[in-house]
Amino acid sequence: MANSDSSTDPISHDDDPSRRDVMMVAAGAFAAIGGAAILWPLLDQMNPDASTLSLATIEVDLAPVETGQAITVMWRGKPIFIRNRTAEEVEAAKEVKLDELPDKLARNANLADTAPATDENRGAADKEAWLVMIGICTHLGCIPQGQAVGSDKGEYGGWYCPCHGSAYDTAGRIRKGPAPENMYIPPYAFISDTKIKIG
Amino acid sequence: MAHESTYKPSTGFERWLDARLPIPRLMYDQFGVFPMPRNVNYLWTFGAILMFLLATQIATGIVLAMHYQPTVDGAFNSIEKIMRDVNWGWLLRYAHAVGASMFFFAAFVHMFRGLYYGSYKAPREILWMLGVLILVLMIATAFMGYSLVWGQMSFWAVTVITNLFTSLDTLIPGLGTMLVEWIWGGFAVGEPTLNRLFALHYLFPFLIAGVVILHVWALHIPGSNNPTGVDIKTKSDTLPFHPYFTIKDGFAVLLFCILFGAFLFYAPNYLGHSDNYIPADPLVTPAHIVPEWYFLPFYAILRVIPDKLMGVLALFGAIVVLFLVPWLDTSRIRSVSYRPIFKWFFWLFVICCIALGYFGSQAPEGWKLLWGRICTIYYFAFFLIIMPVVGLIEKPRRLPGSITESVLGKPSASAVGGAA
Repeated sequence: MANSDSSTDPISHDDDPSRRDVMMVAAGAFAAIGGAAILWPLLDQMNPDASTLSLATIEVDLAPVETGQAITVMWRGKPIFIRNRTAEEVEAAKEVKLDELPDKLARNANLADTAPATDENRGAADKEAWLVMIGICTHLGCIPQGQAVGSDKGEYGGWYCPCHGSAYDTAGRIRKGPAPENMYIPPYAFISDTKIKIG
Repeated sequence: MAHESTYKPSTGFERWLDARLPIPRLMYDQFGVFPMPRNVNYLWTFGAILMFLLATQIATGIVLAMHYQPTVDGAFNSIEKIMRDVNWGWLLRYAHAVGASMFFFAAFVHMFRGLYYGSYKAPREILWMLGVLILVLMIATAFMGYSLVWGQMSFWAVTVITNLFTSLDTLIPGLGTMLVEWIWGGFAVGEPTLNRLFALHYLFPFLIAGVVILHVWALHIPGSNNPTGVDIKTKSDTLPFHPYFTIKDGFAVLLFCILFGAFLFYAPNYLGHSDNYIPADPLVTPAHIVPEWYFLPFYAILRVIPDKLMGVLALFGAIVVLFLVPWLDTSRIRSVSYRPIFKWFFWLFVICCIALGYFGSQAPEGWKLLWGRICTIYYFAFFLIIMPVVGLIEKPRRLPGSITESVLGKPSASAVGGAA
């Protein structure tokens, strides 16, 4: 064919080799970018979808929860531990010095990332009896025991994870075991005296 | 050995087909007259057993998928419906579950066979690595399949194992969380997770089948290794694949089916965990989360290391190191039968793997934690220190002159006079 003859002929004046190289590289680059662009929807479809994200806020009425009681609610498919702590439990949490804690950060989404893990930074603002946190062990994601009446609260009186033996204190801070961090506190706020909004 | 084709199409149709898609030629050359070492023992039948098990898993899996519902509300109940209502459902589902255990058992035997007889050594490095790749795909497939039952063990196994990725948060804050939410399709293990695990569980066996084809291809270039590790030198060292090894492999598959059937019909739940008959509850974690038996050695390695990220790295490292075995072993001799020092380390390694399996099933405390750590250290030392060092310092025993000599006990006339 005349066409292929001219394209493979090195002395042809119609086809400048350097021009052909530029076109080859450009075509290859566009194909690569196009391929990568197609890949993104295939990967991003796995991220949490719109309906999952729309469930991101819940309101909880705390009026029925007496002092010393705890409830568990679901938020974003995760259990949220809400405990109305007794004065002794708050006092016990306050007495712990920061350098006794394996994780010295509050892990409170409502405060700065660097906030220290004092009981003031763990409990609800101005309502220190209330502790609201994501009830998931920071080791490998098990649900610690300690919510139900009579369940094993561990040696620090808070929560105990049976999977690998992590013990949390009455402020939900890790005290013993393989979990690296304190249990996380979700973004929440009191919208009335007895009602909170999580998320 | 990659040998000259001796296929002669005998009918007009075969000649017509041979010029277009020579499948009869392929089958004749590779599975008919293919030269096998005449001295291979019954450990060499596990490849055929594994082929049989892969076919069984795919066949039972496809029909189970016709009745299974990958939804949070429907999954557990649909499996109970398979067990109680679907015609032969109990048989198909038990065969699939027990079949997974049989698959791993046969694969472990197959791999220890390869390790013992040096079947990973040149020129079979790629063959070995493809085998390790099949193991990785098997682990992923079995893990995803187990999750589909959506019982308590399923749910919490998925939760714990996917949470391993959050250890990346200690390297780059947020990276692990981002990755794990991408895997979950939400903020916790839920319906999107179950749905994608089902889709991938259906896909992966076909990936395995694809890699198996490459594995057999890579096997048929150098040909099978044998218990002496000595290369094929003459035709008298070999026997044609058919009928000698088709019959032997078929017989071995039948024997294996007795073991399979014993579990399937007499103890179908013996290898599983009773907690997986409790429907998944995202608010209650079982007191002891243990994986299926075939993951226990790897789970033990994960748990004996106190640091979360290091534990995860060791878990993956335990498999990655297998890819490097062809280059870690410095010995010129393939078969451990002729390696007086390495032999002891090999059998200690087998015991170590079984012990790790035991420690993986126990709470990591006290002496069990200590010995779990010792076995973990030995697991890695076996590959990274013992294999390279012993290969250099060991004086191997004298190898037989040929495969024929090892079988007949004297050099045969054809072995002396034959072309190499």
